[in-house]
Amino acid sequence: MALSGMRGLSVFISDVRNCQNKEQERLRVDKELANIRTKFKHEKGLTPYEKKKYVWKMLYIYMLGYDVDFGHMETVALISAPKYAEKQVGNVGGKEFSESLAPDVQKLLISSSCRPLVRKKAALCLLRLYRKNADVVNVEGWSDRMAQLLDERDIGVLTAVMSLLVSLVANNPDGYWNCVSKCVKIIERLTRSQDIPQEYTYYGIPSPWLQVKTMRVLQYFPSIEDPNIRKSLFEVLQRILMGTDVVKNVNKNNASHAVLFEALSLVMHLDAEKDMMSQCVALLGKFIAVREPNIRYLGLENMTRMLLVADVQESIKRHQAQIITSLKDPDISIRRRSLDLLYGMCDVTNAKDIVEELLQYLTTADFAIREELALKAAILAEKFAPDLSWYVDVILQLIEKAGDFVSDDIWYRVVQFVTNNEDLQAYAAATARDYLDKPAVHETMVKVAGYLLGEYSHLLARRPGCSPREIFPIIHDKFPNVATSTKALLLSAYIKILMHSQPGDPELQKQVLSVFKKYETYLDAEVQQRAIEYFVLSQKGPSMVDIMAEMPKFPERQSALLKKAEDTDGDAAELSATKLRLQQQTSNAVVVVNQHSANGTSHPAPLSSVSSGTRNIDRGFLEQSQVGPQHNDVPVKAAGMVQSLTADLLGDLLAPLAIEAAPASVAATPTTAILPLEEPPVGPADPLALAVLDGNSSSVQPVGSTSDWFNALCKKDSGVLYEDPFIQIGIKGEWRGPQGRVVIFLGNKHTVALTSVRAIVLPPSHLRMQLPPVPELIPPRAQVQCPLDVLSLHASREVPVLDFSYNNSAVTVGSKLRLPVVMSKFLQPAPISSADFVAIWRSLAGPPNKLQEVVRGVNPMLISEMTELFNMFHICVSPGLDPNPNNIVAATTFFSESGATLCLVRVETDPADRTQLRLTVASTDASTTFELKEYIKEQLVDISSITANPATLGFTGPAAALAGLL
Amino acid sequence: MIHFVLLFSRQGKVRLTKWYSPYSQKERAKVIRELSGVILPRGPKLCNFVEWRGVKVVYKRYASLYFCMCIDSEDNELECLEIIHHYVQILDRYFGNVCELDLIFNFHKAYFILDEVLIAGELQESSKKSVARVIAAQDALVDAAKEQAASLSNIIAQATR
Repeated sequence: MALSGMRGLSVFISDVRNCQNKEQERLRVDKELANIRTKFKHEKGLTPYEKKKYVWKMLYIYMLGYDVDFGHMETVALISAPKYAEKQVGNVGGKEFSESLAPDVQKLLISSSCRPLVRKKAALCLLRLYRKNADVVNVEGWSDRMAQLLDERDIGVLTAVMSLLVSLVANNPDGYWNCVSKCVKIIERLTRSQDIPQEYTYYGIPSPWLQVKTMRVLQYFPSIEDPNIRKSLFEVLQRILMGTDVVKNVNKNNASHAVLFEALSLVMHLDAEKDMMSQCVALLGKFIAVREPNIRYLGLENMTRMLLVADVQESIKRHQAQIITSLKDPDISIRRRSLDLLYGMCDVTNAKDIVEELLQYLTTADFAIREELALKAAILAEKFAPDLSWYVDVILQLIEKAGDFVSDDIWYRVVQFVTNNEDLQAYAAATARDYLDKPAVHETMVKVAGYLLGEYSHLLARRPGCSPREIFPIIHDKFPNVATSTKALLLSAYIKILMHSQPGDPELQKQVLSVFKKYETYLDAEVQQRAIEYFVLSQKGPSMVDIMAEMPKFPERQSALLKKAEDTDGDAAELSATKLRLQQQTSNAVVVVNQHSANGTSHPAPLSSVSSGTRNIDRGFLEQSQVGPQHNDVPVKAAGMVQSLTADLLGDLLAPLAIEAAPASVAATPTTAILPLEEPPVGPADPLALAVLDGNSSSVQPVGSTSDWFNALCKKDSGVLYEDPFIQIGIKGEWRGPQGRVVIFLGNKHTVALTSVRAIVLPPSHLRMQLPPVPELIPPRAQVQCPLDVLSLHASREVPVLDFSYNNSAVTVGSKLRLPVVMSKFLQPAPISSADFVAIWRSLAGPPNKLQEVVRGVNPMLISEMTELFNMFHICVSPGLDPNPNNIVAATTFFSESGATLCLVRVETDPADRTQLRLTVASTDASTTFELKEYIKEQLVDISSITANPATLGFTGPAAALAGLL
Repeated sequence: MIHFVLLFSRQGKVRLTKWYSPYSQKERAKVIRELSGVILPRGPKLCNFVEWRGVKVVYKRYASLYFCMCIDSEDNELECLEIIHHYVQILDRYFGNVCELDLIFNFHKAYFILDEVLIAGELQESSKKSVARVIAAQDALVDAAKEQAASLSNIIAQATR
């Protein structure tokens, strides 16, 4: 019967199979689909058999790869059909159509007439749909329904509903507040074993799963405030914490401890009273000492979680010995947990013990855990080092014991550390030298030692066995067996050692030069290039000294290791522990102590004395040797390098501080150190002091004119913004299209720390900028860097204002300074051909896109001077485009968030009267045209006339408003 | 939630897999390969949890079979361990002293039972009785419709003849 009965289907299948080509097949399928569609639509009374047949056909069509966009309801209807065969068909089809089911599922779940079996499946089905698409549940109406569902008496249904609730609450705790009290009631009922059918107890425990899930739901609510609910909940939790005994039966034990651990996490989440917390710690302390591995594992895991809750650190420390024992457990899962816990509980008091324990363990630890272990030991050593030499010891030991597992980041970090801490340099170099004496030296050790000895071995020169001539063979001994990248690094070390041995040691020089000579034909381009360049450089005599000077200090940054630990670690508890630590650093501005160090003292010959070819080499050298410690920062440094070569030497005060030891530091030193001593504060005498938006009556005055500084900074990217006897504020900007990054340097020149430091940026409406909080305190002779990101939204001449103040232990000094984020920073020169210029110029016929104005009171200047001025503002003058030599034609591109706007400028001067000119500006955007015209006008108008009559020009924007107010 | 359930023998032969999160065929094969490599060498006295790729695998050995379930790292491990035991108990009741062979020859039954215990990676029913009832009812339906159930293969056979 079945065979003949399904005749239609088999005919259809053979039809499809007999099709000669795809086109025929499609026709046949379309015909069949149309047939089924009409059948479903018109003939209400389809027999179950027919329904089944058509669903089979649809399924077959679907399997062939055609879209089937109807018939879902018919399929669903089949699921509830009475006969098994029909049901089966329905289930097979149902999966494909589940997306449109949600409303029906919800109906099934809340209907009281359905069997529990159907309802619990509906609950979990809805959960599945919800995970796929959160829109299937509408919180508004559904939270009441959920609350009703929690009154369910059938434990099976309740368990399923609770699983659904966990997911719902996890995504949206606020929507389900009404469920809290019900959940507490359920957990109360369960723990009291009230009204629990026998079949829902598990080894005598009332459904441990439901208990766990209910407590899980409660953990997703941010907190539970209602005192009554809180009270009854704590009673329940107390009972679970106290009433769980260890029993013989493994499964019963597991089940009761599953509940216990869930209760523990709930207690932690609820931020319970202190004695309950210490009760928890005591309990966990007991657990980590038991023999049962599961409990020990969970004890360690929960202790790590507990660290996130305040005030338990001390009580956990009492179990340190036990935790260290677990580090040697045969089970890797337990070792991992205890490593995590040790990492989390480490602080200044126990860092030495813990790190040394980790180091000891490193030699026996299995491979799976070594890298993590090495990384964590390195981080802890850095973070909690009681003294710096200990830190160096630890890292070098780490490299010695587990070189293969020490990622590059670790040794980069130690190099950064040593470079930035002078008192450490000799010690580090000596230690590194000792390690090189050992018979088997790991390649990473060769790298660190090579780098450190290259930089600092001259500090050891007087010690026995540490003269350059002795150091060189020790390093070179390793040379043949190391990788190419290490070879390159060692070559740099050699030339540094050679340089430090000045006045020359002919023997050493001969050896080193022969090495360079030998590798001039080396296969690897990097090594070859270095060998050649160093060979030539070493012939240059004294000029080499500058190029091979010690590496400057690194700008402080977040340890790359920490980042790495965050990235690699998948464990949630661990992650949050690291994050928590990070949050403790409230500011991302960093304090660099002792900026003016011996670093930049001896630069007799500026770079220009070296032939142009060597600039390149020098740069290559710097970059290369920084590839190690500075790997993620090289582009910035290279940019800084280029800049320091081109920028105004005197103006670029900050380059030596933040970027590198450029010759400018010679110029910088007098300004920073001598001025405050020799010159009285000149502020009040300065006629331009008016432009300082200085509102308070403090006696501390700037040592120069803030408006001069401001004007200078409008034309270049770095320099001093403000300086008084206590503080120097510098600016360094980088501009790219509509975006900019301005680093504000706050340098304490004083020997006393500056406190209550505050700096706020008041941005005008056309700029989007955010200054991170600056640290409250700047230590003596230290510098703080605050990065500030700027985005230009549209054209405007307004400038942002930096409102800053500090306390120099006597008085509070405050000032409001205009930041040189002017329009020209968002301009880029646009070289343009004469034909293009004329075409665009003509297409922009008149106002508002093209504006013309006769400007009077212009600061008289020659055409060439004006050209220079324009170029300084990134407005590219195209000489010869205008036949009249007294006219200037220029083009520039203005960048804002919405894109780039090409702006054309024409200036017609009168050779007879240089104080007036006609200015025409054109662009496709009216407001940009206007703003640019005004901006250029401001720049051209005689500065002295502004001083005489400040009102004529006036400052616009908040700066002006503030100036007016004050 | 439970991401997948995996049963394999002491020799690493897979006996049952059920995936509650999307894994491609390639990933599935990789998961099975890696996990059996991690779990099989573990000694008897170690804990029942393995941390693996940012998630946790809870496993338990019954005679020659390893039952594994993969959960999120913040989920309750012991709870999951008891879900495994719960499932094994139900299998045991259904087959009567369940052994690996039962699962090999009646693998579909093992799947049916698992479907009654877990849906969408969550525990559906914690009452063994209730599961047993449902399975019995399903068996009855199957028996009644066995002939008809075979029809599809007959149809296809006829059509392709």
